[in-house]
Amino acid sequence: MARYLAHRVGQAILVVWLAYTLVFLAVQLLPSDPVTIFLTADSAVDQAAIDTMKSQYGYDQPLLVQYLNQLVGVLSGNFGYSLASGQSVLDRISGVAGSTVALAGSAFIVAGLMAVIVVAAATLTRSAILRRVLVNLPPLLAAVPVFWLGLVLLDLLSIRWGVMSLFPDGSVLSLAIPVLVLAAVVSAPLAQVLLKSMNQVYDQPFIDVLRAKGASRSWIFFRHALKNAAGPALTVMGITVGTLFAGSVITETVFARSGLGSVVLTAVTTQDVPLVQGLVLLTASVFVVVNLVVDLLYPLLDPRILKSNGQGAPRALTA
Amino acid sequence: MSTTHDFPAGAPVRDGAGQPAAVAPASPSGRRRLRNPSLWLTALPLAVIAAWAIVPEWFTAYSPFDGVPSENFRAPDAHHLFGTDHLGRDVFTRVVFGTRQTLLTAGLAVVIGLVAGTIIGLIAATAGRVADSAAMRLVDVLLAVPGFLISLVIVTAFSPGPISLGIGIGIASVASFARVVRSEVLRVRNLDFVEASFLNGGTYRSVVVRHILPNASGPVLALLAVDLGAAILAISGLGFLGFGAPPPTPEWGLLIAEGRQYLGTAWWLTTLPGVVIVLTVVLLAALGRQLLKTFRI
Repeated sequence: MARYLAHRVGQAILVVWLAYTLVFLAVQLLPSDPVTIFLTADSAVDQAAIDTMKSQYGYDQPLLVQYLNQLVGVLSGNFGYSLASGQSVLDRISGVAGSTVALAGSAFIVAGLMAVIVVAAATLTRSAILRRVLVNLPPLLAAVPVFWLGLVLLDLLSIRWGVMSLFPDGSVLSLAIPVLVLAAVVSAPLAQVLLKSMNQVYDQPFIDVLRAKGASRSWIFFRHALKNAAGPALTVMGITVGTLFAGSVITETVFARSGLGSVVLTAVTTQDVPLVQGLVLLTASVFVVVNLVVDLLYPLLDPRILKSNGQGAPRALTA
Repeated sequence: MSTTHDFPAGAPVRDGAGQPAAVAPASPSGRRRLRNPSLWLTALPLAVIAAWAIVPEWFTAYSPFDGVPSENFRAPDAHHLFGTDHLGRDVFTRVVFGTRQTLLTAGLAVVIGLVAGTIIGLIAATAGRVADSAAMRLVDVLLAVPGFLISLVIVTAFSPGPISLGIGIGIASVASFARVVRSEVLRVRNLDFVEASFLNGGTYRSVVVRHILPNASGPVLALLAVDLGAAILAISGLGFLGFGAPPPTPEWGLLIAEGRQYLGTAWWLTTLPGVVIVLTVVLLAALGRQLLKTFRI
């Protein structure tokens, strides 16, 4: 277990470092430096102002110094400064991140529940028609753009039926609908993977043994099959954190909620490169940590994983 | 977006992906494989959508840019299938003409993902342990930075537009292509005929290009279809946020974004272009599943 832990944590740190390096290199590939891009985006600015701002943000230093300075900053929790406001990235988002985290977090949990409910209903129902409908629901939802689903629901609920206000007013519906819209879209790949691995589990002999023992269908599903089939779905849940972030930004825009979405949109439209860079690193770190947690939960669910660790990498192809 | 391709959901999966290809000689020939009605049932409507992109003027009598102001906000009827917008432009025409912009951006993204992913996956699977772990760490990083963010960085740096959008989404899809190519090449490279072609005097390059890649191409083709759908979804989302083609270019995501202002008066402006997006992506995903079934060795 200790080796598995060390391996996974080391891998996570490596990935964050590589992500940082790649983003840094990508910024170097820009036609000019971030300050010049930002200041000359809409109007002509004299060179002196550009130089002053460049030295304030450290863009006048040699590349290696910039790289190390920013790396030390990220390691100590400083993700850089916004060019527009001069605030640090964390300060810039601290006021609004809460509502995004609440939206994304609830949608994450609801999406997991939705996937389990759909798969449970599809597996346990005795109606062939219902099963067909349920089985085809996740592939359909996977093709639905989240902003379109939000707009159609907004049209129906607030304009046609008038049960919900167009703008967030703190009512239960105005909190629940965005969460449900985001969760529905995020749950689609989860349900697809869970359904697939559930089918594989139901082909295994131990299910027949349980049936022969007289276990009820729901007992077999919830006590035995679900735990066996949950592994791949758990991995996909870790990966959906990225989709969740994109979905949150879009959902917030559709439902006029305040949150990270508006920060992201402003940063992109004003070409505030350091702010976008900081947001990317922050999100990538969250993503890596969530996936690390998933990896560490995995052996609890399936102890076999510890034994099959360290499969050989492919050797070179030669005659 | 789903990077896994699915066996037909529902039907129990019975093939066992990693089995040796002892059954290979019995697999149907290329032509027989294509004699599959479900494959054509999904491919035909997609061909129509592709035709929208190539010759949009064949499918509609209206102009996508000039409307009849007196006929604005008409609900869908026989003359205007999808109704008309605030300028009296036919929405169906705007959707048909928007196909080209959407598919070009998505195509750019998919080509970047395919080419870069194939190279990385091939190197990982054939160039030894060090190259494999280096390539796979790169893939891990690409997976760790959500595709949405990669697109945002590119769009911020090079100002919003369809090309930076396509590049961003393309970079984001490199990882899934690299993974599929790597696992397919690993599966194929240990088959007997690869060894036989080396014995026949084949070089590394000739064996990879003429024997390994063609035999590994089925799942890659399937991923291509699925990824095109995923790219269309991502492009419409970013287009909705205003990072794609500028108005008045007809583009699917932008059409919905424009319709958003008239949500209360004209539901068809947002709803119907969205239905087209959903249909296209569903069909592409179904095509991917069919291709996976058709070309499975």
